[in-house]
Amino acid sequence: MGSGIVLRTWILGIKSLLLHPLRSLLTVLGIFIGVASVVWLLAIGEGISKKAQEQIEGLGADNIIVRSIKPPNEATVGIRGPVPYGLTRADYDRLVETIPTIERALPVREIRRQFKYGDHLVDGRLVGCTPDYAQVTQLSVYSGHFISEPELKSKAPVCVLSHEVARRLFPYEDPLGRTINVEEQKYLVVGVLEPKNPTAGIGGSLAAQDFADDVYIPITTLWALIGDSVFTRRSGSFEGEIVELSQLTLRVKELDRVLETADLVKATLAAHHRQQDTGVVVPLELLEQARTTRLMFILFMGLIAAISLLVGGIGIMNIMLATVTERTREIGIRRALGAKRSDITRQFLVETIVLSVVGGATGVLGGLICRPAVALLRWTLERTAPGAVENLPEVIRTVEPIIVGWSIPLAFGISVGVGVVFGLYPAMRAAAMDPIEALRHE
Amino acid sequence: MQLAARIQDLKKEYHLSGEVVRALRGVSLDVPEGDYVAIMGPSGSGKSTLLNLLGCLDRPTGGSYYLGPDDVARMSDDRLSEIRASRIGFVFQSYNLIQQLTVLENIEVPLYYQGRIDSRAQQRCRELAQLVGLGDRLRHRPAQLSGGQQQRAAIARSLVNDPRFILADEPTGNLDSVTTGEILALLDRLNRDFKTIIMVTHEDEVARHARRIVRLRDGLLQSDERMREV
Repeated sequence: MGSGIVLRTWILGIKSLLLHPLRSLLTVLGIFIGVASVVWLLAIGEGISKKAQEQIEGLGADNIIVRSIKPPNEATVGIRGPVPYGLTRADYDRLVETIPTIERALPVREIRRQFKYGDHLVDGRLVGCTPDYAQVTQLSVYSGHFISEPELKSKAPVCVLSHEVARRLFPYEDPLGRTINVEEQKYLVVGVLEPKNPTAGIGGSLAAQDFADDVYIPITTLWALIGDSVFTRRSGSFEGEIVELSQLTLRVKELDRVLETADLVKATLAAHHRQQDTGVVVPLELLEQARTTRLMFILFMGLIAAISLLVGGIGIMNIMLATVTERTREIGIRRALGAKRSDITRQFLVETIVLSVVGGATGVLGGLICRPAVALLRWTLERTAPGAVENLPEVIRTVEPIIVGWSIPLAFGISVGVGVVFGLYPAMRAAAMDPIEALRHE
Repeated sequence: MQLAARIQDLKKEYHLSGEVVRALRGVSLDVPEGDYVAIMGPSGSGKSTLLNLLGCLDRPTGGSYYLGPDDVARMSDDRLSEIRASRIGFVFQSYNLIQQLTVLENIEVPLYYQGRIDSRAQQRCRELAQLVGLGDRLRHRPAQLSGGQQQRAAIARSLVNDPRFILADEPTGNLDSVTTGEILALLDRLNRDFKTIIMVTHEDEVARHARRIVRLRDGLLQSDERMREV
């Protein structure tokens, strides 16, 4: 068969489709939606899981985080006053000394406090920590310096402000070198941090962290000046807690020892804590869970997209069956004039392939505009219904779709495949017609 | 004399709900080149069956059919398609042009299935359109033409593959008397130019244009009357 004939077959197919432009358009639309939804759903799924993965990676894959958890109230019923709970300095020593795979441990103690400078008041978190804390939690210094080793050793009354606290306490001044009041103590400001995005809460044991209202001091200073028993005024009543350490971040020497180290940590803690007052978070585990979740997400999204492609394919089959019946006479004429069965099959198959390729190609284009389209959608929603947007979960509000490279050839390939598969039956039905019967058809 | 077609003892049986219908019970016919045969007969005489067999749209249950040297009676479906594309020109009662194609494209269709469309072939299609008087209607679609014009286009199409014979099935059945005259005049002219024509008709008026009238009755040849020599 010459190339001229092949070209003619395609032109003929397109001509036949253009005889019913609306019908062809609607059929193409079915495939368009199927293909675009494959690309969109995978892009959105990828965007969400990427975000989750980044948040977990932000915790550090080679870290194990142990936190003090306030035990449920019934455990302390009948006891007057606050009961000590959570991680202790003894735990710290025990873990560091008995588990050789722990490279270092970062103790952290957090207290809710009010910070004061002149007339400015800010409620926030006073975080007692070590110099390593900045690196581990990926805090970067905007001006001055983070808590230093000498300051830690000397229990110096110095502090480092988060960007937000600095802005609110010192709207017009450079905070460096000034002194802020925290209850009756005074701290010298030695550094201010860059703004940092909050991390997401993970599971029940690690709450979302908003670094905006933090003030950092050496943990030794906190122990010396405040101690373990902390009383907070809260809406007129006092609330007390006795906690030595709020959190321990353990860094493991090698990434592939993280999981076994975590098991050792859990066992060590369980031996010395009778009540459930500590929680262990292993970012690596979470990371692995997130990867599994991502796979499931892709599978699920793929399933939905496949269903919509299937619907598109059924649309094609439906239209082609109608077309074949409608053009029975034409089939009879062509057979009489010398068309083989295979010529008829090819003719109708070409039409479905044209439909599905056009649908697939436009669907890919529709898929590629996913990012701007989502941005536009968000912008419109924020303009028209700001309340509704605020109530959406953070992930949905901020998701940036990431177009998955392989989804494009995949979606296109599937759409063409769907066209061929669903076009084959009508085309073969057309070819199987008896030419004499077909010629008689009105 | 060369034969355009030869059928010998051609038989066709159908099985309809267990009963055997013997539509053709042994028909023999030689059609020399340049002949013009009218096949007549009442309905049920086997006329349509013979037409379908002559047109290679169906296979006989017995006998043989030579179009040139080959017996087409036992050929495969695909081979029959090739024979139809290359050796037979069809003219139907209801013209049977393809609606979405132009006159010129309709004339080209048989060539398309022989894989033979080139500029020379297209030139030939134009000449044929000219021959049947549609030289100024090449880009028209069937719906834009009168019945007579459509039948002219169909006749041009039947000639495009230079067939052994033109098989015309009631070619004037849908036309008024004036147009009927025109179409028959065209067929007469083609026959004078040595085109072989086999025509099925039930009108004596139309059949008189042929050189020879073959009558069928109950699946058998009833008479074969030659009016004019080839």
